[in-house]
Order: sequence, then C-alpha cells, then structure tokens
Amino acid sequence: MSLPATPSQTIGPFHGTALPFPGGGEAAPVGHPDTITVHGCLSDGDGAPVPEALLEFWQAAPDGSLVGAPGSLRRDGAAFTGFGRVVTRDDGRYTLRTLPPGGAPYLALCLLVPGLTRHLFTRVYLAFPEHDPLIEALPPARRATLLAAPEAGGHRTYRFDIRLRGGAETVFLAFPDRGGRPGPP
Amino acid sequence: MAASEPLVQGTGRDGAGFAGVTAGDGPGGVRPYVGRVERHPLQPPVPLVLDPDAVERRAPVFGAADVSPLDADLTLGHRGEPLGERITVGGRVLDGRGRPVRGQLVELWQANAAGRYVHRADRHAAPLDPNFTGAGRCLTDDDGRYRFTTIRPGAYPDVTHHNAWRPSHLHFSLFGTAFTQRLVTQMYFPGDPLLPHDSIWTSVRDASARRRLVAAYDPGLNEPERSLGYRWDIVLDGPDATWAEEGR
Ligand SMILES: [Fe+3]
Repeated sequence: MSLPATPSQTIGPFHGTALPFPGGGEAAPVGHPDTITVHGCLSDGDGAPVPEALLEFWQAAPDGSLVGAPGSLRRDGAAFTGFGRVVTRDDGRYTLRTLPPGGAPYLALCLLVPGLTRHLFTRVYLAFPEHDPLIEALPPARRATLLAAPEAGGHRTYRFDIRLRGGAETVFLAFPDRGGRPGPP
Repeated sequence: MAASEPLVQGTGRDGAGFAGVTAGDGPGGVRPYVGRVERHPLQPPVPLVLDPDAVERRAPVFGAADVSPLDADLTLGHRGEPLGERITVGGRVLDGRGRPVRGQLVELWQANAAGRYVHRADRHAAPLDPNFTGAGRCLTDDDGRYRFTTIRPGAYPDVTHHNAWRPSHLHFSLFGTAFTQRLVTQMYFPGDPLLPHDSIWTSVRDASARRRLVAAYDPGLNEPERSLGYRWDIVLDGPDATWAEEGR
C-alpha cells in the first residue's frame, strides 16, 4: 500500500502562540557540567536577519542513544529529551543549550521559515568525523557551512550561522529514501 | 510558473511575502504563492541516503508529560465560551504505507471566528475574542487518531493581493517516527468558495494533492447539539514525495 503524502504549506507568521514553548532552547538538564551552547544567526540572500523562524534540533543523547524521552514541552530540568525548539529573534539570532551528542557528532536541524512553502533540513556538526558519507560527498567549499565553530574564550560555545541563499549558502538536505525506520514485514 | 519570471514582492499575513497579483495560473486565476525569493536556497538540496544509525531516522518522542488532554479543546481555558461555530476536527495520521503514526505530537493554530489571530503582528481590524487564543495540542492514539474541539476560523484579508481573502483554515504541525517526516501544513473546509482564489492553497500545483488539504464534513464526528464534525486524515512522508507536486 502506498498513500500519497499530505502536501506541505507555509508556516506563516502567526505560529507564535502555538509552537514556541518556554525552555524550548534549554535541552540540557539544568546545571549539567557538560552543557554546550550552540548559537548563531539566520540570514537571507541579502544578508538580512530572518526573525520568527522556528528551528528544531533533534540529536542523540551523550551515550549515543536515539530513543529520546518525553517531556520536551514541559521540561523537568533533569531529563534529556534530545529535542530543542527555538524561534529566531528580531535580529535573526537563536541560542540552544544542549549536551554533546554521542556517536556521530551532529545535531539534525529542521528549519521552518515564514516565506517558504516547506521546511528545510540540515545538520550541525560539532566536528567532522573521520568518515561521513555526507561530508565526503560535498565539495570542500561547501563543507564548512555545516561545521559549528568553537568560539575562542567561550566556554564550550559553538557558533553556527545559517544562510538561506547566496554566497556561503548552507547545505540543505533531501532524503530520497525517506529515512523512516523499516517497518514490520 | 517559471522560476525565472520576475516576482513582485509584498509582505503580509500567512505569506509573509507573495508573488504579484497579476494574471495567474492557479485554478481561480490567482498567482500561486511562491514565498519570499530572498529566502529560497539557490542550490538544490543535497540528496542523502541515511545510514541505518542516522539521527534523522528517529524522531523526538512526546507523552503525557508534554500534553494534557485539555490541550485538545481550544474552547476551554477562558472565562467563557468563544464566539463562533463550534467544530470537532479529527482523523488519522498515517505513514505512506498506511500504518498509524502512534503517540506523536499534533499541534494546531488558527484565527478566531472573526479572522483575527492573537499575535502582535496581526493588524486585521477584526475583534479579538477574550475567550479564544487559538492554539492546541494532542497526541495521536494507538490507531493514529487525533481530535480537536475548536471553532471554525473566519476568513481574513490577504493584504498582499488586491481584494483577496484567505479561506478558513487551520494550521497543523506534525511529527512522525522519523525526523524526515516532519510536516507543517494547513487544513481547509469543504465547499469554501474562496479556495480557488487563494494563493496559498493553489501553491500546491497538483489538483489531487490540493484536495487532500480539504477536510470532509463527517456527522459521525459531530457532538450532537454542540459541534459540527470534520474529518481530515494526514499522511506523513519524507520531504521528497511532495517536492515535485508542490511545484518547487
Ligand atoms: Fe493563517
């Protein structure tokens, strides 16, 4: 059986009462010593900041587990759920505090941007692993757009800017095999 | 519409920027929404066949800690009943193979019965309703079913087109069992005469795909003497299945 998918529609500018939630960017348990900060700016092809975009981060736990945990929307300050959601501010900036992922060192990122008909996917690499099919397939000039830069003097702080269009445009991803877990036979 | 056509940009409500209003090729002669060109990537997305252990093959999980059963009734939580025609909207969330998507988060937001959002940027001169905020959440059950109680939102002006109105619609946000199944879309009401004139509905270029955004009146979902029922099933997939039919 193959059902045609429901099409995507633009997120529009008025999601603010529904989708953002308090503590959405505080994915790390409160006071956790391994907490890292990932921050940056979302900008368009003219270099202008893009506000009111929803950025969703999904990642492995520090032990490499990908099962996640409930409780992202009403965080208890202790559990690590693997999910973060932030809205870009008027200056296009966002901040996520999380734990470093175990296993492959990247965060999956979905961008829901007002003014686009559908969302975009990319990855935030904290370091490039020795072997990575995506990184190896990219022209060297584009690889750097997926690498979060450790900040000098920053305590475990990484800068990850996202450019939607034009020079230094961030690499966005498509998933031809749809990526779902294989189902029962 | 050819991507090379010059675009007249505007700024406004759901579109946050539209192509111009002149002769279009949508079903009602309207020019379909293409979004803000300066935000569109120039490069095609890089195809990535995911490793078995890729992060995107899995998805965040949500549960009773995230959503209260009361969150599915948008008519609650205020001092009185909201104005408007009370509706029950429900259906199933399925994957492309027809399997239920269980225990996943469905989020809903909408204008009030007068066509006004609770949002600082909404300048439509229609009244706010002190008894309606317009945001809800629920989890799908073991059958993939979701269900909301709310009011039917009003049409509102599409200020970027001369004399255009957006049809009544509900905004939906959904998660599947893989991060690649993420979906944000809009649900419409059957028989709405504004549909063929709407640049956003017509931005889905394939007619059968467009129809899949329109709910059906379902008396089986009515709450007798309380609400009108609409059924809308949602099929999640990877991002690529709908890429071509959306005209991107
Ligand atoms: Fe809307």
